[in-house]
Amino acid sequence: MSIATAAPIWAPYWRFARAGFRRESRYRLAAAAGLLTNVVFGFVKAAVLMAAVEAAGGTLAGYTAGGIGAYVWLSQGMYGAIQLTGDAEIGDRVRTGDVAVDFTRPVDVQGAHLATDLGRAAFTFIPRGIPSVLIGALTTGLALPMVPLPYLLGAVSLFLGVTLSFLCRFAVNLLGFWIIETRGVRTLYMVISSFLCGLFVPVPLFPPWLAAIAAATPFPSMMQAPIDVVSGRVSALDALGVVGLQCFWVFVIAAIGRVLIVTGRRKLEVQGG
Amino acid sequence: MADSVPAAAGRLAPYVAVVRARIRAQRSYRTSFRIDLLGSAAIGVIEFGEVWIVVHSVGTLGGLNVRAILLLFGLSNLAFASGNLIAGHLDQIPTYIRAGTLDTFYLRPQPLLAQLLISDFQLRRLARMTAATTVLVVGFGLNDIVWDVRTVAVITMAVTFGTAIFAGLFVCAAGLQFYLINGAELTNAFTYGGAYAAGQPASVFTRPLTLFFGYLVPVVFTGYLPTVAILRLDSPPGLPSWLVWCTPLAALWVWAVALLLWRLGVRHYQGGGG
Amino acid sequence: MSEPEPDAPAIDIAGLTRTFGVRRPLRRRGAEPARQVVAVDDLTFRVERGESVGYIGANGAGKSTTIKMITGILVPTSGIVRTVGLDPVRQRRRLAYRIGVVFGQRTQLWWDLPLRESFEILAAIHRLDPAVATRRTSELVERLEMASTLHTPVRQLSLGQRMRAEIAAALLHSPELLILDEPTIGLDVLSKLRLREFLIAERAEHGTTLLLTTHDMGDIERLCDRILMVDHGALVYDGSLPGLVRTVGARRVLVVDLATPAGTLPTFPGVEHLGSQGGGIRHRLAFDAETTTAAALLTAVAEHVTVLDLAIEEPAIEDVVRRIYQAGG
Repeated sequence: MSIATAAPIWAPYWRFARAGFRRESRYRLAAAAGLLTNVVFGFVKAAVLMAAVEAAGGTLAGYTAGGIGAYVWLSQGMYGAIQLTGDAEIGDRVRTGDVAVDFTRPVDVQGAHLATDLGRAAFTFIPRGIPSVLIGALTTGLALPMVPLPYLLGAVSLFLGVTLSFLCRFAVNLLGFWIIETRGVRTLYMVISSFLCGLFVPVPLFPPWLAAIAAATPFPSMMQAPIDVVSGRVSALDALGVVGLQCFWVFVIAAIGRVLIVTGRRKLEVQGG
Repeated sequence: MADSVPAAAGRLAPYVAVVRARIRAQRSYRTSFRIDLLGSAAIGVIEFGEVWIVVHSVGTLGGLNVRAILLLFGLSNLAFASGNLIAGHLDQIPTYIRAGTLDTFYLRPQPLLAQLLISDFQLRRLARMTAATTVLVVGFGLNDIVWDVRTVAVITMAVTFGTAIFAGLFVCAAGLQFYLINGAELTNAFTYGGAYAAGQPASVFTRPLTLFFGYLVPVVFTGYLPTVAILRLDSPPGLPSWLVWCTPLAALWVWAVALLLWRLGVRHYQGGGG
Repeated sequence: MSEPEPDAPAIDIAGLTRTFGVRRPLRRRGAEPARQVVAVDDLTFRVERGESVGYIGANGAGKSTTIKMITGILVPTSGIVRTVGLDPVRQRRRLAYRIGVVFGQRTQLWWDLPLRESFEILAAIHRLDPAVATRRTSELVERLEMASTLHTPVRQLSLGQRMRAEIAAALLHSPELLILDEPTIGLDVLSKLRLREFLIAERAEHGTTLLLTTHDMGDIERLCDRILMVDHGALVYDGSLPGLVRTVGARRVLVVDLATPAGTLPTFPGVEHLGSQGGGIRHRLAFDAETTTAAALLTAVAEHVTVLDLAIEEPAIEDVVRRIYQAGG
């Protein structure tokens, strides 16, 4: 006899998201510390890039001073949400075998963790995202669009960017099924992803060969894409194309993640993990 | 009962023994060790790439061209990598405290800070030093440098005292950890933030940044000032080129603060001082 | 009082107090004002050289805090503590050469390396003469029967093996004072017995002073001539175990399962029959450790009935403490 529930299918995931949000909200000191670090990096980045724009005579790869300011502070603000640091929570669960418990629950493992991460990311806008942009506006100055469309589309783009970042990290963590100590891989991932996603240097500034490499990876779609959309650097039709590309990568990485889960799970069962 | 006065087995013997043990322990994890090395080398290359891209796109930034950037990055990153090797693992202190294992160090007859400094000697950090050294050597080759006593003195001073500066910054961070158990990220602002700022041409810094990274967290001494001195370039009024000879003072300042913060932190942990 | 006198007591504590301010973590708003928790309250006692002292009390009674102050990890809020004549906070490093400590839950060994190497490193850390170190290591390895585990990485040792290793590690530099914090917790009966025998032999040979915290009355019985009991940070008893038992009237209980049910058992002097279960299959007999031993009682019982199985219930520390308070001690 099955127990009929009236709860819709997305109910547990909404719960996970709320849990992720609430958990993140508890670390006030860490959030404040994170903002401070964000701001320090932001000032240095802004100084260097603005000097570059000036040295290039006012525009560099399509960026004006205001545009580069927007890039700097939006990237710093989004950093908390996009979370490129290779945290090992899932990897640890795989290593210790705790993940077997996750598989017995009637929710999709990837979906559950994704929902939790989205909740977490949503919270970061409060102590890190908005304040970073505000500080940027008050100090170095930045140029943001005055019409609503970039922000609406930007919200979608940001959602996709956070999702994509999570899916990639998830996949990297799942390598723990095969590699015992994932720290080296995670560090490598962190460095490559933060470089190619446009955290330190905007992707439009990359020399052609590097830009081609970046385009072959999902990373620019994590951070550069939402920044470009929100700041209005890409407009209307191009923005839709950017979002479309993000959707493509979300689909691909999600699929890879699911393949890894299935094969990893099989390995776990064979090992009697 | 054994004599309580320690036998003459060499003052350094305890430290050597622990370091060798750490190296042996790491070699036992083969594959991940190699990935670690690869990762560390990649980090070095990518960090250089970040500065290189910006300067390359405009040719000259803050008076430094792409070849000068090799020196800037090489010197500052080598100092950072060496400092990180010496003291980077102190960020594990909150973990030790939570697990209660910090107390184990109290039971041994060496100074607490000294024990912690050698407690975790990471071979993979050597790889980061290699990447930085490579960039630096390339920089020596590609730049027009007058190899005289002055140049050698500046380079030696930059690398040795630069290492001391970064190691000192990590010790500052560690001292603060005793207060900020959950706020570890706060110290990243001046440790990793310092490394980031050290690799940029400081001539583009705004006044507050110059004050912060030039005098408070003096990482400007590890890369920019030596580069300008070696290449005999002009520097902005806030950072006169003769300042490079004060690098030892900068290191002294950092260590004075570091030891103070360490003492305050340890006292807080032990509950002393009210 | 900072020069080590050879006759200084092993531990000398006077008026020792330690309070902790319990702060609300930063995250909560509307914080309560800081509460003071008194972990150790005006403690005064002395342990002379060569003594063997059991330091007991309920969880949270202040035992670990006292030990941390004795070893220099924590600074007292007030009062004085001197360990082998030294100030543990100011002279920590000098003290480290002369005391050995084993924390039951935490390891002092190098996790990833073979056991042998931990001993070598510790010998270097304590700056032992190589010949002395070799001799001492062999002695300890032989007496603790660890020869077979010397090449095993510490993380692969069983709990019993690891505890023996920890004790060897703590004794390597032949300290004058050995402090053991819950050393037998989680060990099987055989391991406990062997460990106790080792400690007795070691003390007999080297005169090491021993301070032991434990919840196991068997440890106390076998190892300690003196008991210090703390409750809520204050010293509530200082004397011998028989004295404690006498004061408290706490009793051990022998539980016997019989082959055939018996309605009653013969009475034995100093033994109270607490009841039976399963229609006379299981009987519980409380006995006074002063008048008889478990073995003697068992023999006496077995003369009258066939015993299939037995168990011994120890008086819980909490029980003993409660009784002490009730006795007004």
